[in-house]
Amino acid sequence: MAATDVDVFSNEEKRSLSLGGHVGFDSLPDQLVSKSVTQGFCFNILCVGETGIGKSTLMNTLFNTTFENEEASHYQNGVYLRPRTYDLQESNVHLKLTIVDTVGFGDQINKEESYKPIVDYIDTQFENYLQEELKIKRSLFNYHDTRIHICLYFIAPTGHSLKSLDLVTMKKLDSKVNIIPIIAKADTISKSELHKFKIKIMSELVSNGVQIYQFPTDDDAVAEINSSMNAHLPFAVVGSVEEVKVGNKTVRARQYPWGVVQVENESHCDFVKLREMLIRVNMEDLREQTHARHYELYRRCKLEEMGFKDTDPDSQPFSLQETYEAKRKEFLGDLQRKEEEMRQMFVNKVKETEAELKEKERELHDKFEQLKRMHQDEKRKVEEKRKDLEEEINAFNTRKVAAETLSLSQPLKKDKDRKNRSEKNENQSGMSLSNSKVMMAKANVEPLNCQSWWQAIQCCTCLVHNDAWKQGLF
Amino acid sequence: MTTSARYKSRIFKTEDSEDKQYVGFATLPNQVHRKSVKKGFDFTLMVAGESGLGKSTLVNSLFLTDLYKDRKLLNAEERINQTVEITKHTVDIEEKGVKLKLTIVDTPGFGDAVNNNECWKPITDYIDQQFEQYFRDESGLNRKNILDNRVHCCLYFIPPFGHGLRPVDVEFMKALHEKVNIIPLIAKADCLTPNEIKKLKDRVRDEIERFGIKVYQFPECDSDEDEEFKQMDKELKECTPFAVIGSNTVVEARGQRVRGRLYPWGIVEVENQSHCDFVKLRNMLIRSHMHDLKDVTCDVHYENYRAHCIQEMTSKLAQDNRMDSPIPILPLPTPDAETERLIKMKDEELKRMQEMLEKMQQQMHEKDQ
Repeated sequence: MAATDVDVFSNEEKRSLSLGGHVGFDSLPDQLVSKSVTQGFCFNILCVGETGIGKSTLMNTLFNTTFENEEASHYQNGVYLRPRTYDLQESNVHLKLTIVDTVGFGDQINKEESYKPIVDYIDTQFENYLQEELKIKRSLFNYHDTRIHICLYFIAPTGHSLKSLDLVTMKKLDSKVNIIPIIAKADTISKSELHKFKIKIMSELVSNGVQIYQFPTDDDAVAEINSSMNAHLPFAVVGSVEEVKVGNKTVRARQYPWGVVQVENESHCDFVKLREMLIRVNMEDLREQTHARHYELYRRCKLEEMGFKDTDPDSQPFSLQETYEAKRKEFLGDLQRKEEEMRQMFVNKVKETEAELKEKERELHDKFEQLKRMHQDEKRKVEEKRKDLEEEINAFNTRKVAAETLSLSQPLKKDKDRKNRSEKNENQSGMSLSNSKVMMAKANVEPLNCQSWWQAIQCCTCLVHNDAWKQGLF
Repeated sequence: MTTSARYKSRIFKTEDSEDKQYVGFATLPNQVHRKSVKKGFDFTLMVAGESGLGKSTLVNSLFLTDLYKDRKLLNAEERINQTVEITKHTVDIEEKGVKLKLTIVDTPGFGDAVNNNECWKPITDYIDQQFEQYFRDESGLNRKNILDNRVHCCLYFIPPFGHGLRPVDVEFMKALHEKVNIIPLIAKADCLTPNEIKKLKDRVRDEIERFGIKVYQFPECDSDEDEEFKQMDKELKECTPFAVIGSNTVVEARGQRVRGRLYPWGIVEVENQSHCDFVKLRNMLIRSHMHDLKDVTCDVHYENYRAHCIQEMTSKLAQDNRMDSPIPILPLPTPDAETERLIKMKDEELKRMQEMLEKMQQQMHEKDQ
């Protein structure tokens, strides 16, 4: 958009005129300044580095105050970010400073996911700003800008080169935020080693295409100092809040048995350079870069994702409104289609279930029929057996009657009769006994030979109904 | 005080008194000394820790040689997926007629990759391999020339930039404390003031105890040692883990040429006891406890390994129902848990199928009857 604006202006008639006297619009910058001073400034720093590398101490040293912070433990499960906001004041300038700390960075055994929380946090801040910008009723001048303006990446002073985690993380962050790499705890590297270390780090960054923040050299007032500072990157810093007496001054320093490392001594470390660059010279430029470059990039990517374009397929400039309308229609159309689909699915499912149920019903019916038939078969068989048995009983009865009439038809003496009778009785009973024995024998065999319990019971029932049984002859 | 000086004085005492009843076995230490000088000593030292902590510099300072000529260091992008290698450097050094074959085992790549899961596995495998090699040689028929490649001591470098032990440190030490003598060191101690060193040492000692890591313990000194020695021993024990600084360069300090590091604010002397614990480490490692380290490795770590090995072998043989073979068969190189589990599952399946078969046979039997 900015590119097209410039073109528009160059097409218009532009003439430079000279002024006859002092008009007074040279006070415009002052007005701007006084407005921004009353508004207050806002600055957000992200500190990325291993636990214990000196992030909090450096912040304390930079801003010459003690921010509250607890020592982090090494045993966090993952990386999480801890933003803290402070209100600082110097002369009449208010600064709303937010320091975001990465807790647990570099501690895990598997660090492949370590960069994700950081990238997510930065994106969330951009997203919040974008949402505010896209609102209908928005108040951007009042908005507390939480976008990260600068990321200080703390490199461990190994003296050899960058760590693999550092390289991976910086590559992921360089398109989202201004990165200034700094060498932490620099009092462990001697001068010659430091020189080699810096060269190695810069060459590794360049060869891997990592874009760190370059101090701007287009503004004449600060071009010289900025370009010289660019050559000193990465800054080797030492932080300390303790004061040590050196000579007749008390300075912030670290006291060792072999000497005192002064924080603000340029020949000891690059702390002063960092403070100059970060706070005194380029703070405003950092904010601008964040807004103009990183935020715009994020915004463009996000809107393109959503389908907005600057130019039509016919290369006519689009207006946001039309795009929005088109999007909305598309969205509603999608919704309707989805509804249709779901309804269709529902109907299909219902049909399926109905069909299943019918199937099951039929099966049950068949089974029922089958069982009924079986039952009838059984019943028939049983009936037949009963008939057979009855016939046998009848046959037996007739035989019995015949036997009785036989015995009765022979008139004998009383005692003979008696004897006979007793004999006959015996015989009878014997016969009935033998009969009963037969019955018994039959009984012994038959129920057990029955094919089903129903038949067995029938046999037993016949037995029970038998007269011999009823007479209690056995 | 060296050991030789101490016992020599005792011999003189016994010689003065009781000349007639003098048997003469008091010269045994002398004989041992002579023989050992003739045989020479060997020592294997392993150094482990992330790159850039000064391991090579320290080793050079300890043995006053340059073991790491022409070393090629990898760039950061090459290290993203680096695996741990094991490199060995062997040097023969001699001092006053005593020969020492020193082997330094280095572990480049440890802790350098982005994903360091199980990065200590190559190291534990290496140590086990050396044990296995020695076990094989010891059980062999010709035992004259056994090469002892077992690792006698492992110096583990803890970075001073943190607040204590990190998870990777804890995991590494726990994986190795039963296999080798671990001596933890705080590396690059010239970035810590004396107060910070004390705090960090206390922290590290607490965490070592909390996680149950068994680092190398100095043996208790006998009660008949002299006071000076006991005092030294006590100081030594309170000083662990040692905070060390190494240096390859010689600088001029206080009119002398010493090993040290030159800073704009002062000169750190490596051999100055008030600057760092390098002298204590050197004395402990080389001058007084080198042999004890070897003994602990042989008597404790190797015996543990050997017992474990033999138990595994016998349990395997029992399962196979074979006769004990006269020649010990070495176990397969640690079958991983996965295959073992599969084998167990298959065994159980087989047993179940066998039982089912038997049942079916029985049933058939009954039916026939």
